[in-house]
Amino acid sequence: MALLQIAEPGESAAPHEHRLAVGIDLGTTNSLVATVRSGMAGVLNDEQGRSLLPSVVHYDGGTIVGYEAQARQSIDPRNTIVSVKRFMGRGLKDIAHVESMPYDFVTGSSEAEGMVKLRTAAGIKSPVEISADILRTLRERAENSLGGALTGAVITVPAYFDDAQRQATKDAARLAGINVLRLLNEPTAAAIAYGLDNGAEGTYAVYDLGGGTFDISILKLAKGIFQVLATGGDSALGGDDFDQRVFCWIIEQAKLAPLSPHDARLLLTHAREAKEYLTSHGEAPITVKLGSSEYVDLKLTTEIFAEITKNLVQKTLQSTRKALRDAGLAPADVKGVVMVGGSTRMPQVQRAVADYFGHEPLNNLDPDKVVALGAAIQANLLAGNHAGDDDWLLLDVIPLSLGLETMGGLVEKIIPRNSTIPVARAQEFTTFKDGQTGLVVHVVQGERELISDCRSLARFELRGIPPMVAGAARIRVTFQVDADGLLSVAAREQTSGHEARIEVKPSYGLTDDEITSMLKDSFNHASDDAFRRALREAQVEAQRLLEAVQSALMESAELLSLMEKSHIESLVARLQAVMIGDDRRAIDDAMDALNKGTAEFAARRMNRSVQRALSGRKVSEL
Amino acid sequence: MDFKQDHFTLFGLARLFAIDGVTLEQSYRDVQAQVHPDKHAHAGDANKRLAMQWATHANEAYQTLKAPLKRAQYLLHLAGFDPQIDRNTAMPTDFLVGQMEWREAVAESRAAVDAVELDHLHHRMRKEISGQYDALQHALDDEHDYPRAGELVRQLMFQEKLLHDIDDALEAVEA
Repeated sequence: MALLQIAEPGESAAPHEHRLAVGIDLGTTNSLVATVRSGMAGVLNDEQGRSLLPSVVHYDGGTIVGYEAQARQSIDPRNTIVSVKRFMGRGLKDIAHVESMPYDFVTGSSEAEGMVKLRTAAGIKSPVEISADILRTLRERAENSLGGALTGAVITVPAYFDDAQRQATKDAARLAGINVLRLLNEPTAAAIAYGLDNGAEGTYAVYDLGGGTFDISILKLAKGIFQVLATGGDSALGGDDFDQRVFCWIIEQAKLAPLSPHDARLLLTHAREAKEYLTSHGEAPITVKLGSSEYVDLKLTTEIFAEITKNLVQKTLQSTRKALRDAGLAPADVKGVVMVGGSTRMPQVQRAVADYFGHEPLNNLDPDKVVALGAAIQANLLAGNHAGDDDWLLLDVIPLSLGLETMGGLVEKIIPRNSTIPVARAQEFTTFKDGQTGLVVHVVQGERELISDCRSLARFELRGIPPMVAGAARIRVTFQVDADGLLSVAAREQTSGHEARIEVKPSYGLTDDEITSMLKDSFNHASDDAFRRALREAQVEAQRLLEAVQSALMESAELLSLMEKSHIESLVARLQAVMIGDDRRAIDDAMDALNKGTAEFAARRMNRSVQRALSGRKVSEL
Repeated sequence: MDFKQDHFTLFGLARLFAIDGVTLEQSYRDVQAQVHPDKHAHAGDANKRLAMQWATHANEAYQTLKAPLKRAQYLLHLAGFDPQIDRNTAMPTDFLVGQMEWREAVAESRAAVDAVELDHLHHRMRKEISGQYDALQHALDDEHDYPRAGELVRQLMFQEKLLHDIDDALEAVEA
C-alpha cells in the first residue's frame, strides 16, 4: 500500500509533489498502462483486476473498448475493429490481406489517397481516432486508479515504425487528451525494464515479436547508459501473420468455399486459439461449424505449424542478421537475448532464436508487460520524479534512412539509418534550369535507391529563388530529427536567404485543423470541459517552468550579473501573479517571456555542466 | 553555446588521427549525460531547444571522430587543406585497375549466389582498408603530408563504398 506523504510544518509540499506519469504500451493485440509508485513499476489493472486491455473497439450507438468489444467481434465483425495498429499511417494499398478483412474500407477518389478510413455504425473512423479510443480508455483507467489528472505519458511504438506511423500515434494521443512526454521504441523500453531490473552490463539483443510488428534492437548497456547500436525489423510482421497462415491452411485442408465476413472472423479466431494451444501442447484440434453450415474438423500438429510458418520465422532472423551487421557485431558478441511480445511464446520462435545466437534466450520478464513497465520507468524520469540514484540515460536511433528525391527519381540519403537521435544533417542542392525560381523538396524514408521504393513523407516548395543560371543557386536543406524520432525539414536559398520550413507532416498524417475539429467533437460528446482542462494544463506547465527556473537560480546564480538576476526575478514574479488567475493567454505570454528571458542563462548553465562533466572525469583519472 | 571549439577539444582529445577510443566514448557519454533532452524534459522550452541543439552537436561530433574516414576528412578540414573530393578524380592507374577487378569479383559471386566467397571478399577488403588507414595515420600524424592524406582519403572512399556493396550483396544472397 502506498503511504500518504506529509510535509514538514512550514515547508511546502509542492516542489516534491509526485507527478502522475504513465507508460502506455499501445499494442496490436493488447494494450497496457503502467506507472511507478514508491519506486516500483507496476501495471495498472481495470476494476475487474485485469491488466491487459484488448486493442479492440466496437462501434454501435456508442464506443466500447476492450474485452466487451472483443466479445462482439464474431457477432458484428464490420463494426468491431481489431489490430488497428496495422492501419496507422498506412494507405489501403499498404495493407496485406485486405480481402480477408471484414471491414468496410472507404474507397473512392480523394478519400482513398491518405490514411485508410473505415465506415462504421458510428460514422467514418480513421485509425488515429480508433487508437485514440483505446488510449482514452487507458487514460481513464490510470486517472481513476491514481486519483488525479496525468502530467503526461510515454507511449511506445515499434522501433521499425516510420515517421508517418509515429506521427499518427502522437496524433492519437493528442486526441485522447494525453500529453506525450516521449515516443519510446518498444524494444528499448523492454531493455530499460530488463536492464535496470537485472543490473545488466554488456551487449544485449531485444527480440520483440508482437501481434502485428517485429523489432530487433541491439543495445550496449554500460554505466547507466542504454545505447542502441542498431535496430531493424518489419512493421507488418507479427502473430497475426501466424494466425493468417493457419487460417489459409484450414481453408485449404477443409476445401472451403469463399467465406462470409462472419465466417472469416470465426475461422481466424479459431486459428489464433489453435496457435496459442500449441504453445503447451503437441497438437491442437480445430472444430468449427460455419454459418454456411460447412463443418471443419482438423488437427494441427506442432510440426505442421512450424512448417507453414517457417518463412515468417526466417524473415525475423534476416532482420536480426542485418541489425547485427549494422552494429558491426557477430551473434557471439551478444551476451543475452531478451524476448518480448506474446508471439515469442511460440516454441519454434524460441528454438530459432536459441539456435541463431547459440544460447537460450532470456524469458524471465513477462513478455506482455515488460514494454509498458519500461515506458513507465522512463515516464517517471521525464516527469521529473527523481529518486536520486536512478540516474540513467537512453541514446536511441532512427530505424530508417531519411532522404530527398533528386533528378531522375533517385534518392539522396541525408541521414542514414541507425543514426543516434537527436540528429541534424544539411546538404546543398542546386537548380536544374536557367532562371528557375522554385524548387520542390520531396522527403522520403527508406533504404532503396529509387523514389518509388521508398515511403513518401512530405513535399514542400521553396519559392522566390532569384533567377540565376542553372547550377548557380545554393539551396541548403536541413533535416532535424528530435528525440521522439520525428523529423522537421527546412530549406534555405543561401544567396538570397529565402527560407521555407516545415514540420514534416507525413503525407498520411492529419492536419492541425483535422485534429482540432476532432478534439472539439470529442469534447462535445464527453462532459469534459475543454476550457477548464486547457487552463489547468497551462497552470501545471507554468508551475513546472517556475520550479525549473527557481532551482536553476538557486544552483547557479553566480552565472548572472545582479541586473540579469533581477530581470529574471521580475519575470518570475509576473508569471506567479498571473498563474493564479484564469486568463490562459496571460499565463502563456508570461511563460513565453520567462522562457526567452532565461535562454542565455540556460546556455551558460549548459556550457558549464559540460565542462564540469569532462574536467571532473579528467581529475579523477589522474 | 560554444560550438566554435573543434570536436577534439570538445571531448578533451589530442588533435590526431590515432585516436584514444576509450576516452572518446567516455567523454561522449559524459557530455550526453549533461545535455540530452531527456535530462531537460521538465525544463522550459528555451532550455529544451538548447538541449536538443547540444545533443545533436555532440552526436555529430562523436560520429565524425569515431568513423576513421570522417575523422581524416575533419583533420584535413581543420588543417585548412581541401582534398577536392568532388573535383579531383585522378587516381593511380593500378588502383583503378584493382578496383575494377574487385567489382568484377563481387558481381560474379553475387550472380553465383556464393555467400562463402562474398564473405571471403569482405574480409580481404577489410584487411586492405585497414592497411590504407595505417598509411593515412602516418601521413597525417607523422609526416603532415596533406596532399598524400587527401589522396588516401579519396581512395578510401572508393574502398569503403566497395565494402558496403559487398555487404549489400551478402544480404541479397542470404535473403
